[in-house]
Parts: sequence; structure tokens; C-alpha cells
Amino acid sequence: MNTVVITIISLSVIGVVSGFILYFVSQRFRVIEDPRIDEVEAVLPGANCGGCGYPGCRGFAENCVKAETLEYMFCPVGGNEGMMKVAEALGKAAVVQDPTVAVVRCSGSPDHRTRTARYDSAETCEIANSLYSGDTGCSFGCLGLGDCVKACAYDAMRMNQETNLPEVIDEKCISCGACVKACPKKIIELQKKNKKDRKIYISCVSHDKGAVAKKACSVVCIACGACVKACQFDAVTVENFLAHIDPAKCTLCRKCAAVCPTGSILEINFPPRKVKEVETTESDISAN
Amino acid sequence: MKTFPKGGVHPSDHKQASGSSIEVLPLPKSVCIHLSQHLGAPAEVIVARGDMVRVGQLIAKSAGFVSANIHSPVSGIVQKIEPAPDVTGFKKPAIFIDVQGDDWMDSIDRSADIVKTTELSPEEIIVRINEMGIVGMGGATFPSHVKISVPKGKKAEILIINGVECEPFLTSDHRLMLERGEQMLVGVKILMKALQVDKAVIGIEKNKPDAIGHLTGLCSAYPGIRVEPLKVKYPQGGEKQLIKAITGREVPSGKLPIDVGAVVHNVGTAFAVYEAVIKNKPLIERIVTLTGKSVKRTANFQVRIGTPITDLIEAVGGIPEDTGKVINGGPMMGRALPLLNVPVTKGTSGIVLIPENEANRREPMNCIRCGRCSAACPMGLEPYYLMSLGEAKRWDDMEQAHVMDCMECGSCSYTCPSGRPLLDFIRLGKNSVNRIIRSRNK
Repeated sequence: MNTVVITIISLSVIGVVSGFILYFVSQRFRVIEDPRIDEVEAVLPGANCGGCGYPGCRGFAENCVKAETLEYMFCPVGGNEGMMKVAEALGKAAVVQDPTVAVVRCSGSPDHRTRTARYDSAETCEIANSLYSGDTGCSFGCLGLGDCVKACAYDAMRMNQETNLPEVIDEKCISCGACVKACPKKIIELQKKNKKDRKIYISCVSHDKGAVAKKACSVVCIACGACVKACQFDAVTVENFLAHIDPAKCTLCRKCAAVCPTGSILEINFPPRKVKEVETTESDISAN
Repeated sequence: MKTFPKGGVHPSDHKQASGSSIEVLPLPKSVCIHLSQHLGAPAEVIVARGDMVRVGQLIAKSAGFVSANIHSPVSGIVQKIEPAPDVTGFKKPAIFIDVQGDDWMDSIDRSADIVKTTELSPEEIIVRINEMGIVGMGGATFPSHVKISVPKGKKAEILIINGVECEPFLTSDHRLMLERGEQMLVGVKILMKALQVDKAVIGIEKNKPDAIGHLTGLCSAYPGIRVEPLKVKYPQGGEKQLIKAITGREVPSGKLPIDVGAVVHNVGTAFAVYEAVIKNKPLIERIVTLTGKSVKRTANFQVRIGTPITDLIEAVGGIPEDTGKVINGGPMMGRALPLLNVPVTKGTSGIVLIPENEANRREPMNCIRCGRCSAACPMGLEPYYLMSLGEAKRWDDMEQAHVMDCMECGSCSYTCPSGRPLLDFIRLGKNSVNRIIRSRNK
């Protein structure tokens, strides 16, 4: 009986003393955190994708609170809507950014590029790129081993089995940039999302001279400059044997794509050219 | 008989070419000389398009301490200076020279007499080796003058000459020891003088008894130099393995051989040093083994740097029909060539043609935790663990697991019963960790 009493008393005393110690320690070493961080984090998507460049959503929230303006802070997943909420929570002005989408800038399917070698090692682009230039004559093009597809956490990329090139599913792409980082050849780029998902871009990253490049691949930019001449808005420039379209100047007129001799400028989601007439008549007939 | 204690594998040696004596390959029509043929900074071009160059003329200057001069291996006109694919297929800056005649620089002594002594002081020898663009001829192409320049506070005690040639198929060093043994030993003597050591050991595996016999006989005239026959085991030609096998000293992780008082040079390098110091001849030629199971004849060619590899293959009767893979270097550490019209560089020790039925890797299966890779690793690493870290991109953990000690000998991948690409992921980790370390030290 005596033992029981002593045990209860001693344990209670230890409990009370520890309670006091814990209380004082928690007071003394309290981490004072800005409550706004929690508020911001609450309105963020919580995907922890790292697309903003910070370690997860909380890291982004912390930096949003610290930052003076939200100019350079952007959550690609939440988009402008999400950033409005963040701005509201912080009482800062939101800076509207154009939404972007990932595009794969290589069209070198097996039809266009002859294979000159066979790769027989670990199935990752990163290792292949550290070993050699690629299984075709083009040392800039897609290796087709799908590091970007593996990197995408949103199922927004898939390998096209026929072309052996990755494709971006625009509706699913939240432009977090994981694929851009994963690609050792730096083929994937985040580009401005246009109306109706229309895209016009140089689907080539080869810096080889025209003749060398053309030998390796038939849909390569040979830097002939036809697109530069065709563009009325000075949006196209050729540098280091590769054309580039400035998205700020481009009006999506498609003139450059029409004149490209190799077809390396892609136009996507545009209504078809010329054949339009035939189509309308067909639909007219069916309507009748 | 001595060898290194840890790990190692025993691939069958296939030294078919060991009986083919060195033959001089006719001059090519044009050569392509890459500016980055060595470890370190690429050399800087000092000739222009249209310039007439002579054999042995400096065409690209060393761009730093760890870099090497490049001399013209042929005489002719500089046709163009533009990027050209190297052995990896990536385009790197290169000088193209159209060959015209064979006009050597007057300073080069082309006579066959063997001079056995040099008047040069150790410092002058190092300067000469630097001028002549000598790099490690074993394949790593590390500039030789860096290895000979012993840092302050450290002392070289022993010079080890690497005549191991543990790579299967390759025989260029073997032929060199047999046919240029005398010159090579003079080269060793010069290296000893430069390093101020009185002891040199030539390590040769016992599968080359003729070379061991020949050099042992010659060594009697060279006090301080002796031949050490070694047990056959891959990768005995690794610097740290060879030091351990011969001296019993272990080079600690992250340290250099000089920290244990040893300096290792390849037999090919010793021969190049002889030519540079005695004959004033820069590194413009090397011996390349051309072999394979189904080639019409095997050969050891003495070729000018910059000769297209296709010329070598033509010289042995073209590519056999069943060829599935052409390897630059030996089958263990060499890399398959993605294209054939690439030139011989200072580090090309051999070209091996592998038949199709042996060219492919096995389908990788799951790791069965047998631990054979760990047992085979000569550096005492755990390849299976490093590979899984590499797959997960855990570079920090890889650094902790001493991935930088790996010398990419490939024993792990060779021994893996599941055919897993162990070395590929370790190499990926090495590249990434190296990048991290460099940016950390910036």
C-alpha cells in the first residue's frame, strides 16, 4: 500500500515539475512565425511540385510573405487565380502573368532522322546524354527515353510510340517546369499559352550548320532565314544557326510556318489553311 | 606473386593481337585534331585557316597548368577550324589539316639511334615534357608534366611504370615493351631523374611472359629499374591498385598517389617521354591496337594522331559483317562509338570490333542482393547501393558513400548476375556529385 502511495506521489511530482519546465521552455524558445504564412499556404494548391522554384508550398508561402512585391512570385499550378488569392491574403498587389505551357521542340521522329547507332544501357536520357550524343546524326535532338514523362507528376506527358517523341497534353500541363529540368538536351520549353491553345514555334534546337543539320534530320532548322523575311513583325531572329520566335512580338499570323522549307516551324490548334473551303462546302452539303 | 587484395574480376583476355608486331600506318589524306584530347582545359588554336604546317609544329597551345600543347602530326595546309564529332558524337572544336607530303620540323631527330643519357636538369625535363604535349597514354590522358611536378612538402619515393595492360583485347603496351623496350627504359630513367627518385618498378602481368623476360634482360643495364611480374587480375592497371600491388601502400580516399610517395606512368608515356626529351619529338603518334574476334587480321598500328578510325579498320580489311559494336578502348572501360568517322586521339589505345551476338547487354533484372558487385569492387564500394541512390538522385548520400572513389572499371556491371547497369548510375552520380563539389568550392 505504502509503495503505491509513494509511486503516485513521486510520479505526480515529476509530472508537475516537468509540466512547468516544458511551459517555461516553450515560452522561452517560442518560434514566432508570421501567421500570414499559414494563410497563404492555405490558399495554395498544396501540390508541393516545386514549379515555383521554392521547396514546396510552404517555402513559397514564406517567401511570398517576405517579398516586397509579388512580381517574381508565381505559382504555376494555381495560376493567376491562385495568385489573386495570395495577394488578397497578403494585401499586396498581384502581378498578372501570362499562363504558360510546355512544348517539346523536336520533331525528329524515326521517319525524319535515320538511326546511326543503337543505345543499349540504362533507359534514362540523363545517362544516355552523359555517354554519347544520341542514336542519330543530330546531337541536339530528343533521345526518346522519356525522362520528361517520368518527371511529370500530373500525367501531362506521354511518349508517342510512333514518333518516339514526348507529347504534352495541354489540358493537364500546369507548367511546373519539372520536364524542362529533367530534359538533359534542354528541348522542352515553357511557352506563353495563347488563345484556344494555339501554338507556333520552332520545333528544333539544333545549332548545327544547315548542311550538317539537314543531313542528320529532315525537319531541322537550317537557319535559312526565310521565316525572318516572312515575318512582318520582326518577331523571328536567327542566332547561332537556329531561328527563334519572340512571343512578345508574335501575332500568330503563321506566315513563317508557311515559308519554312523543312517544316520545322509547327502550327498547332490552328484552323486548317486553304482546305477550309472544301471543308465548308462539305459541311454545307451535310447540313442540307 | 603480387596483386592487389580487394575485389577484381577475371575476364578472359583475348589477346589475339599480341603476336602482331607494330606496323606504321600510311599517312591519311587529312587529319582532324580535337583541341580537347587531354584532361583539363582545351588547348588554344594558334594557327589559322590556310596556314602551312609541318610535322611537329605547335598548332594549339596549352591553356593552363592542367592542359597540354597539341602539335601537328602531319604536314600540310590547315583546311578549316570548326567543331567536329569526337568519340562521344558531340561536336567539339577541331583543326582539320589536308596532308601534303611529310615535311618534319628540323628540330626533330628522326634517326633510329638510341641515346641513353640526357644533359637536361630535372626542371628542364619537366618543361620539355610540357612543351611536347605529353599526356598519360594509358587512356586517361592526364597531362604528364602535372604528375611529374611534385607539389611542395611532398616527396616522390618510387616511380611505378604501368605495363599491366589488364584490359582484354588490347596489346599496344605489350608490343611497345617488346619492340621499343630499350627506348622505354631510357624514358623511365628520364622520368626518374625528373622526379629525383632512385627506384622504379615496371609492373607487368604474368600473361605477358615474353615482355617480362625481355625487359628483365634489358633492366640489368639500368640500375634502379626492375620488373615486377604480377598475378593476372582486372583492374590491376588502375593507378591505386597497381600501387597497392607493388608497394603494399594504400592511397587513402580522396588523396593522390604522391601522398604515399608513388608516381605512376604508363609504358606508352615513358616511351613518349623518351622521344620528347632525347629526340625532341612531340606527341604526334601513338600505338593503337585493332582487334576483334572476327576481324580478318589483328594489328598494332603506329598511327598519327588525328587519323580517322575508318582508315585503321580499312587497313585490316574492313568491318566484318557480323560486327555489332565498335569500342574505343578495351571492352571493360572503353565506350562504344556512335559513329566511325572520328579521329584517333592521344588517348586511343585500341579499337575493338565486337560481333553482334556478343554486343548486346542483357535485359536488366531485379537486384537479388547477392553482393557480388561489392566483392568485385576493387575500391571497396557497394555498387548496388550506389546504383539505388543514383536512381533516386540522392547525390548527397552518394557522396557520403564515397562515389568519387569509383574509377569506373566496370567490374560491378561485369559480375552482376542480373545484368544491372550498375556503372551507368554510378557514373551519373559521379558527374552530379562532381558538379556539386565544384559549385561548392566556387
